[in-house]
Amino acid sequence: MKSIIILFLSTFFLLGSNPPNADEILKKVEQNLSSDNRVFESEMVIHGKRSSRTIVSRSYSVGDKESFTEYLSPAREAGTKMLKLENQLWIYSPSTDRTIQISGHMLRQSVMGSDLSYEDMMEDRKLTDIYSAKLVGEETLDERKTYVIELTAKVEDVAYHTQKLWVDSERFVPLKEEMYAKSGQLLKRTTLSNVQKIEGRWFPMTLVYKDMLKQGDGTEFRMTSVKFNQNIPEYLFTKAALKQ
Amino acid sequence: MIAIKLAFKNIIGAGYRTFLNIAVLSFAFVVIIWHNGVIDGWNMQARRDTINWEIGQGQIWHPNYDPLDFLSFQDAHGVLTAPLSDGVKSGKLTPILLTTASAFPQGRMQGVVLKGIDPDQTILKIPSDLLKTTDYDLPVLIGKRMASNLKVQEGDNILIRWRDKNGTFDATEATITGIFDCNVPTIDNGQFWLPLDRLRTMLDMPDEATFLISREATPPADIAPWVFKDLDFLLADLDMIIQSKKGGGAIMYGLLFIIALLAIFDTQVLSIFRRQKEIGTYIALGLTRWQVVGIFTVEGTVYSILAILLGAVYGIPLLWYTAKVGWAMPAGTDNMGLAIADKIYPVYGTGLIIFTILLVVIAATIVSFLPARKIAKLSPTDALKGKIQ
Repeated sequence: MKSIIILFLSTFFLLGSNPPNADEILKKVEQNLSSDNRVFESEMVIHGKRSSRTIVSRSYSVGDKESFTEYLSPAREAGTKMLKLENQLWIYSPSTDRTIQISGHMLRQSVMGSDLSYEDMMEDRKLTDIYSAKLVGEETLDERKTYVIELTAKVEDVAYHTQKLWVDSERFVPLKEEMYAKSGQLLKRTTLSNVQKIEGRWFPMTLVYKDMLKQGDGTEFRMTSVKFNQNIPEYLFTKAALKQ
Repeated sequence: MIAIKLAFKNIIGAGYRTFLNIAVLSFAFVVIIWHNGVIDGWNMQARRDTINWEIGQGQIWHPNYDPLDFLSFQDAHGVLTAPLSDGVKSGKLTPILLTTASAFPQGRMQGVVLKGIDPDQTILKIPSDLLKTTDYDLPVLIGKRMASNLKVQEGDNILIRWRDKNGTFDATEATITGIFDCNVPTIDNGQFWLPLDRLRTMLDMPDEATFLISREATPPADIAPWVFKDLDFLLADLDMIIQSKKGGGAIMYGLLFIIALLAIFDTQVLSIFRRQKEIGTYIALGLTRWQVVGIFTVEGTVYSILAILLGAVYGIPLLWYTAKVGWAMPAGTDNMGLAIADKIYPVYGTGLIIFTILLVVIAATIVSFLPARKIAKLSPTDALKGKIQ
């Protein structure tokens, strides 16, 4: 009887110490990062070959489908606004007083010379919907224990055939993300750091996007303020709001 | 006949003034022929090279293909229809598939166009047989301008990144198996030539093409929805550039020509003023006024004939020499997007020479006639007294 109890307890503890499966980890990451809506201010530092420039913006987003961004500085970019509704994207430029829709192959262009493309910003499908996830190991990253998850595309229309995610095993925040070509060539790397607890959820305040095929230090994205579940007026997510 | 004799006599008698007029006019005559010869030589060379290296005797385009809109390339491809496939099999057509991509030489990113070509094709002069090698995973062929731009040599590897038909990124190292030298920058700048079948696999576009090069000037029947573009269409830009260059050059030699004609005009005005008694004598001897006008007009024409003869004396050896050794273009001219060789060999056609002779003779005759018209209004007695109005 005693041995049965020991066997049961050891099985229980062994099972209990098993890491969750990849889909569960991704679900927890999504629960942690997604919210009904959020408002954040950020600085995008684009590191060029000779110099760097910083673009300050304020963004409002509802779920993953709607977002509105207004660029605040530098003067050359100030007043530029970007509206994303589902899979459509419009940009308003104050210098020309024109609103243009970015579509088709234009989405593959760089956002203001950064390492990010409009397409990268537009991707709003859940990772679990477009990738098959597999837990491939555990690693320590910046003294944090992480789950390493490999994502392989299960639909055809994805930009990156394979991705690799390093997810903090306690906070369920990705700390590193690598995107690979079909051939296995590493194309882009995103590192997420300065994880802070905001309104009860862990959130990375600094992201660095790096095109691994290019020289340079990539593009740094620093959140200066993040607020969840705010009262965002609905009119903001209309084309009319771009010209206001 | 008497008018011509008198004209020669008077012109020779004028000495240095005649020589100067003839020298300037002959210079204008030679420059007009040389300049137009250079432009015609360039035109012929550019058309020949463009046909041999880029367009063949015509092209058949996918309906969405617009060579001026890079963003449209992703949608400009399709499976060859039966008549097109038959044309390819018979060797009358060769398909080209293209897509945009990025190359990363020494960590820099550069936008490029990947063009798939059949390594066995013989329609274009591109040395596509250099792509037949099996020593490398992805052999590519580039032009000398592209090689210089990327700072790469034959045998070098270069990383390229592209997207397949679904937009999924892929990347691999390509090996430069050949660098070709041609005068047509539009098949060189920013372009990588790959084996067609390999590019079709990379893009997941089996049996597809963006356009086809035709060996013949007439396309196969029933190629719709694909569209045939003939040489007039494909060379229209080049023709426009040539015309604009001719126009620009015409201003230069036109000024020179006007100066020469002005000198003849001036000489005629002076002659009529100084030779009033001579005019009066002609009329008194029984020549009609218009016969006297004719004598003075023929004098102007004789200037042009002498100028042509003088021009021929030094112009023929000079123009022959330039046609033989060519005219070297400044370094970098071929990077401006024009099909232009290192040296242009002027072509002096019969039409050009006849046109220029007629232009010089007629223009000189007209400017001689204009001041001579005054003689028709002269009274012989006033002329004999030297009282011209």
